[in-house]
Amino acid sequence: MSNENMTIHLKVWKQKNTGSKGHLEDYTVNNVSPDMSFLEMFDVLNEELIHENKEPIAFDHDCREGICGMCSMYINGRPHGPLEGVTTCQLHMRSFKDGDTIVVEPWRAAAFPVIKDLVVDRTAFDRIIASGGYVSINTGNAQDANNLPIGKERADLAFAAAACIGCGACVAACKNASAMLFVSAKVSQLALLPQGEPERQSRALSMVAQMDAEGFGSCTNTGACSAECPKEISLDNIARLNREFLGASLSKPE
Amino acid sequence: MSWLTKTLTSSIGKKVLMALTGLFLCTFLVVHLSGNFQLFKNDGGYAFNTYAVFMTTFPVIKVISYGNYFFILFHAFWGLYITYKNKQARPVGYAVTKNQSSPYSRNMAILGTILLVYIVVHMSDFWYKFHYEHLPYVQYTEQLNTGQITHAAMDEGYTQDVKKLETFNEAAGTRIVVVKDLYKVVSYAFQNIGLVLFYVLAMFALAFHLVHGFQSAFQSLGLRHSKYTPLIKGISVWVFGILIPIGYAAMPLYFYFFK
Ligand code: SF4
Ligand code: FES
Repeated sequence: MSNENMTIHLKVWKQKNTGSKGHLEDYTVNNVSPDMSFLEMFDVLNEELIHENKEPIAFDHDCREGICGMCSMYINGRPHGPLEGVTTCQLHMRSFKDGDTIVVEPWRAAAFPVIKDLVVDRTAFDRIIASGGYVSINTGNAQDANNLPIGKERADLAFAAAACIGCGACVAACKNASAMLFVSAKVSQLALLPQGEPERQSRALSMVAQMDAEGFGSCTNTGACSAECPKEISLDNIARLNREFLGASLSKPE
Repeated sequence: MSWLTKTLTSSIGKKVLMALTGLFLCTFLVVHLSGNFQLFKNDGGYAFNTYAVFMTTFPVIKVISYGNYFFILFHAFWGLYITYKNKQARPVGYAVTKNQSSPYSRNMAILGTILLVYIVVHMSDFWYKFHYEHLPYVQYTEQLNTGQITHAAMDEGYTQDVKKLETFNEAAGTRIVVVKDLYKVVSYAFQNIGLVLFYVLAMFALAFHLVHGFQSAFQSLGLRHSKYTPLIKGISVWVFGILIPIGYAAMPLYFYFFK
């Protein structure tokens, strides 16, 4: 690994607002430390732009530690860049070489309209969660450990599904802009546990209906979502969602 | 909307219909291939020609074949409709993409369209001719004691009302069968190198379509488990991606090179 600072060329999507047409704009950032995160490089660039009285690039970020799912950037043709299982905020410039040209685009989906530059509106996900991604039982105080008997395998599966941070990389990666990996993770984490049982059927039905209403495409099992998911959510969840949905369609009491 | 239409027109339901019709068509491919293997028999086309009569007259098979035509059309147009809707889900494309999925899984609609064109050509080559055009007839004579079969072409203008005319000559101890000579039509068609190449290329499209399609159907139906998914994927590659397309491609090649 070299410790030399680098010069990075960027082609970044600039778009004034939702209605306008965007374009790729060229920038050059000098003195980029390999230890900077991808977002820190953007901070440096934006500082410079502000000093030059130019408009900074709008991008989303919050936690910068891989848990909030805000940092949506489509980097050189891949959501969250070239590494596996990593969000943009945890991608470091040492993954690039001095003189590289990096193309940065927003998530592209009809259901994720661009608000400005790299910032997209992901409230479609919130509406999907609001349609059924919750449990309405009164959980009371924190239970004693092992009060609810849940097998280890099941707990592990539910936990793995619950790791989804709602970042939308699955939608961005999918050729159909399908939200199935996200929805399947959210349905699975509850379907696997006894707390999710009361609304299990209505949840699968309403979350899928909301997903469709938002204009996401339908899954064609290409697997690009899971390959790009920073939390490595498995395609097993999509199969489970299919089962949950079909089972509920056939058997939910009216 | 009734619960059924609501289910089947949802994004998951749409794929379930693709999966069910697709799996039906996979079964058809196996049956069609095993039947057509009779083309390789060196019996002047006796087995193949009588098999063709059986397949077009036996009532149960007739019903299934009408279902089959319907499923082919449904699978093709429903698939194109899904592809069209999925395109609308991303109105503005990316400048750069490095998609991490297999190229054939992303291009099922293109592969499928090639196959649809192939099916139209294939059916007009043989199915249409067999049903609606005047075909030469052939007469097979079987020596009942030895089982030996000889064949002779019927006269140019010969035609008969039934698909298969079977008579016994007790004195000579022979059984005589007269049928349309589809075998001859097939072997004649595959002397055309252009057609042979088209058939072989279409089988590549078939292979790639099925490597993704067969296992994808199970995923769409929610049938995925570490117990059996490796087997399904193995069948997808070895049976539907390799053996079946090779079996089909062997027929035009056999007639072109050996007949
Ligand atoms: S499934 Fe993965 S890629 Fe999709 S929203 Fe969740 S964490 Fe992001
Ligand atoms: S900023 Fe929170 S996950 Fe990247």
